[in-house]
Amino acid sequence: MSLTLELEFSMKDTSHINPLENEAIYIFREVAAQFERPVLLFSGGKDSITLVRLAQKAFWPAKIPFPLMHIDTGHNFPETIEFRDRLVEELGLELIVRNVQDSIDQGKVKEESGRYSSRNSLQTTTLLDAIEEFKFDACMGGARRDEEKARAKERIFSVRDDFGQWDEKNQRPELFDMLNGQIELGQNVRVFPISNWTELDVWSYIEAEEIEIPSIYFAHKRKIFLRDGLIWSHSDFVYQEDDEEVLERMVRFRTVGDMSCTAAVFSEASDIASVVQEIRDSTISERGARIDDKRSEAAMEKRKQQGYF
Amino acid sequence: MEVLKIATAGSVDDGKSTLIGRILYDTKSLTTDKLEAIEKTSKKNGYDYLDFSLATDGLVAEREQGITIDVAHIYFSTAKKSYIIADTPGHVEYTRNMVTGASTSQAAIILIDARKGVIEQTNRHFFINNLLRIKDVVVAINKMDLVDFSEEKYNAIKNDFEKLMKKREYQEQNITFIPVSALKGDNVVHKSENTPWYSGTTLLEHLEDLDRKDIYNVGTPRFPVQYVIRPKTAEHHDFRGFAGKVYGGELSVGDEVVALPSQTRSKIKEIFFYDKKCETASRRSSVTITLEDEINLSRGDMLVKVNDLPAIDKRFTATISWMDSVGLAAGKKYVLQHGVNKVLAKVASVDHKIAPDYSGVDTGVQVLGMNDIAQVSFQLNRPIFFDKFKDHRTNGSFILIDTQTNSTVGAGFIS
Repeated sequence: MSLTLELEFSMKDTSHINPLENEAIYIFREVAAQFERPVLLFSGGKDSITLVRLAQKAFWPAKIPFPLMHIDTGHNFPETIEFRDRLVEELGLELIVRNVQDSIDQGKVKEESGRYSSRNSLQTTTLLDAIEEFKFDACMGGARRDEEKARAKERIFSVRDDFGQWDEKNQRPELFDMLNGQIELGQNVRVFPISNWTELDVWSYIEAEEIEIPSIYFAHKRKIFLRDGLIWSHSDFVYQEDDEEVLERMVRFRTVGDMSCTAAVFSEASDIASVVQEIRDSTISERGARIDDKRSEAAMEKRKQQGYF
Repeated sequence: MEVLKIATAGSVDDGKSTLIGRILYDTKSLTTDKLEAIEKTSKKNGYDYLDFSLATDGLVAEREQGITIDVAHIYFSTAKKSYIIADTPGHVEYTRNMVTGASTSQAAIILIDARKGVIEQTNRHFFINNLLRIKDVVVAINKMDLVDFSEEKYNAIKNDFEKLMKKREYQEQNITFIPVSALKGDNVVHKSENTPWYSGTTLLEHLEDLDRKDIYNVGTPRFPVQYVIRPKTAEHHDFRGFAGKVYGGELSVGDEVVALPSQTRSKIKEIFFYDKKCETASRRSSVTITLEDEINLSRGDMLVKVNDLPAIDKRFTATISWMDSVGLAAGKKYVLQHGVNKVLAKVASVDHKIAPDYSGVDTGVQVLGMNDIAQVSFQLNRPIFFDKFKDHRTNGSFILIDTQTNSTVGAGFIS
């Protein structure tokens, strides 16, 4: 082989490419081809950041052919919002933001109160309203089947009815690689390109691809308090009893919802390699740090039926 | 990274969920909080052992009834591979779920209760895995602890199963028998001391040893065009890339190709994975291909190598797995999705129903009901480019979509 040819090709073949990555790229392309108004639901968390990278790969050298949408509870970590805005700017993407606060102000949802109050489940109303406002027919999200039992049964293309609801007993079978995105007007499809990835797969990919993620995923000093064996952020948005003592500790987040529904873990892992190692060694599941799932064993299934992501 | 998808099939109480739970437990894939939840629930239900099945049964209805209704996906990994288990229910009324789970899997585990041996459901589980042409099948003879780890019992079941194997259509399927106790952990991940007469591998060892050649059949490359990428930017003004996944074989720069249906010839100019140029697109990789010539090619069209054309036809016969409560009958019309290509299909005739337990065919059937398997002939509004399912798992399969409900109502394997 001549030297010029060696220089021209940067890879001999594609056999070493992660099969999960090939699958996700395939799914993104199916969405772009089968739907008129797709949107990528972007939370600023590691899973949705990974989705953005995969979408870039799916359509290169063209731009990602759909906008991102963030349903902002207003209680997000400032680091996440800052990161979101920078990413969108750098990639020249369109970002739509819809606020839970507006849904509250319009009287559509009522703010929860008390010890376990969170805006997490209120997001559903804001999301469904936004889907209707923009007539989105496909909403892509970073949910993974390994996260939670109800999600383990979720399809890659998951049809939602006019009310945005999931009928888990009446799901379309998905055979081979074929994705059926045919829907009626008013229905929409939730799409999960990284359905088959595990938490470790995502972290390993972030490491291998050198994808930038918000700083809260790495160990940092934070004011926290302990409740029910979980580490809560001390913040104006999080209800705290007077006798719940504020401590300052080295922590990081494994999963990022908003402040009221995400618990931290004690950690010294300050770079991606040590985070990946920590995940490998970990004996607690990712959603074990999700306060919203602790409500009941069927918590996620119920929320999904109502239209939650 | 290697990913292996495995379909599991078993009857009620064969211990399928327990087996999966056991694999997760012994590979240390169960996290503390999940294990605690299992311990708590097992105790609440009054068991004196850990009910690992609770690790997989996800929906409320399933927990109530103690059965698996839908296809659940379970994930675990070893240092060598990432595994995805498609856990499907074994009842006859869930044949469609079994077909679905098997369609995306490269290996399968069939469970047999050592006390009951080969039963009617075993025939069906084997039939489906064979129909779907899963290359590697493990027959796990479970509950060996309840038959005193008897070698005679194991051999008797193996003999019965081997009789069944003579009836299979796909003879090249690799079948391995393993005596296990999912509840006690024998030969699942760790070698059992209770079966000194068994010299084979444990279940996990077998899966770990599976190589690409053990799970994929060698076929010919097919490249269905999913999406046309035209950036229209200053930098890539004339770029016109065909995005898709390569199936069955590999394609390389310089390959002479034919575009279908136009039958126009060209040569592969470049292959991209993201922004990297590659010489060869390996099978199952999602790439973007550019051609030497400007030819008309859009979604649903296909690139194939010259001298290697698929069948191009408006008529064909296929084995159908029916998945809807509304029946399939002659004269009915459906959307037929073949890969990423969609056409209209009319049922020309229902030729015969196939008993999924090797008990024969029934030619007197007019209407297919949910979970039926049958040979059906179709007529299309325009030709598709297909291979026989036995030659090409991807290019020989399709789904049927109901034109009114938009549901996926059937799967087809072209004969």
